[in-house]
Amino acid sequence: MRMDILHAVNRARANRRAIATLTELDGETVQVFDEGDRPEGALGETLEKAFRSGKPTVLDLDGKPHFLNVYLPPARIVVIGAVHISQALAPMARLAGYDLTVIDPRTAFATPERFEGVDLIADWPEDALKDRPLDAYTALAAVTHDPKIDDLPILSALRAGCFYIGALGSRKTHAKRVERLKAEGMTDDQIATISAPIGLDIGAATPAEIAVAVLADIIRAYRQRSLAGKDAA
Amino acid sequence: MTDLTDMQDPLIAAEVWLAEGRGVALATVIETWGSAPRPVGSHLAIDSDGNFMGSVSGGCVEGAVITEATEVIASGTPRILEFGVADETAWRVGLSCGGRIRVHVERLG
Repeated sequence: MRMDILHAVNRARANRRAIATLTELDGETVQVFDEGDRPEGALGETLEKAFRSGKPTVLDLDGKPHFLNVYLPPARIVVIGAVHISQALAPMARLAGYDLTVIDPRTAFATPERFEGVDLIADWPEDALKDRPLDAYTALAAVTHDPKIDDLPILSALRAGCFYIGALGSRKTHAKRVERLKAEGMTDDQIATISAPIGLDIGAATPAEIAVAVLADIIRAYRQRSLAGKDAA
Repeated sequence: MTDLTDMQDPLIAAEVWLAEGRGVALATVIETWGSAPRPVGSHLAIDSDGNFMGSVSGGCVEGAVITEATEVIASGTPRILEFGVADETAWRVGLSCGGRIRVHVERLG
């Protein structure tokens, strides 16, 4: 594998971009593909499936065996709201292997004491998300209850195609949220992807139990996303 | 986000080692059958002194892969290795989990 190919793979991974490499099995790694690349024929189809499913595969090209490896960015959770639920969710997400960032402009909530060892940004979501935009490999959990803080990142998440969007609040609260999102031009189909009330319905009562329900909801969304890609293959 | 200074990441370790002028090989799991400890696409980076980062199994066959990788670094010729309990070598380098894996090894740089 040439140095420039290795470098391109590492750069893409550092920037949370998906990337794939093609290796001749009786030779070496010869080519690198970005997510937008669509080579002709069987390779293009296999590449598209690999990017969707995240699963590498062996394939024949011109009668010769090749290996297509694919590197998807690790799943990340962005939590809007430095609340009690987020304090419980942060260590659980780390144990489950998900990167996690908490964003809250309310400095009384977003304190290092309350979130020791957690990636915490005490700023408005619109400013915090400028540096690290949401993407298809990110889950958004909006848990402040406050439309002034929650609404904008939910809109950004819908536009970015986040694999999971969950919003805390009763059905009544969500009904009002739906009206606001519609006013911003979101379609019914888009709004229907929002998990609200947030989390799997396990009767969670305490902040920690709600965090379990939210994390399980996120894991289900992420793993079913992969399975959907596999089924399509 | 992948931290480009994370030396426990085999691809980053490989790039750093290359930049230091070391000979480096990359082993990649290309196929698995049955219960295999590491999924397809997993990497093990090896330098010419036998230092390694990452994994292609649960530690069962890494020793054998490192030996082969040292030869790949010297010759520059890529290889395919196959490991499984059915192998004659199962006593020494087989997969105790009962699975089979194929591993591609190539020189970097």
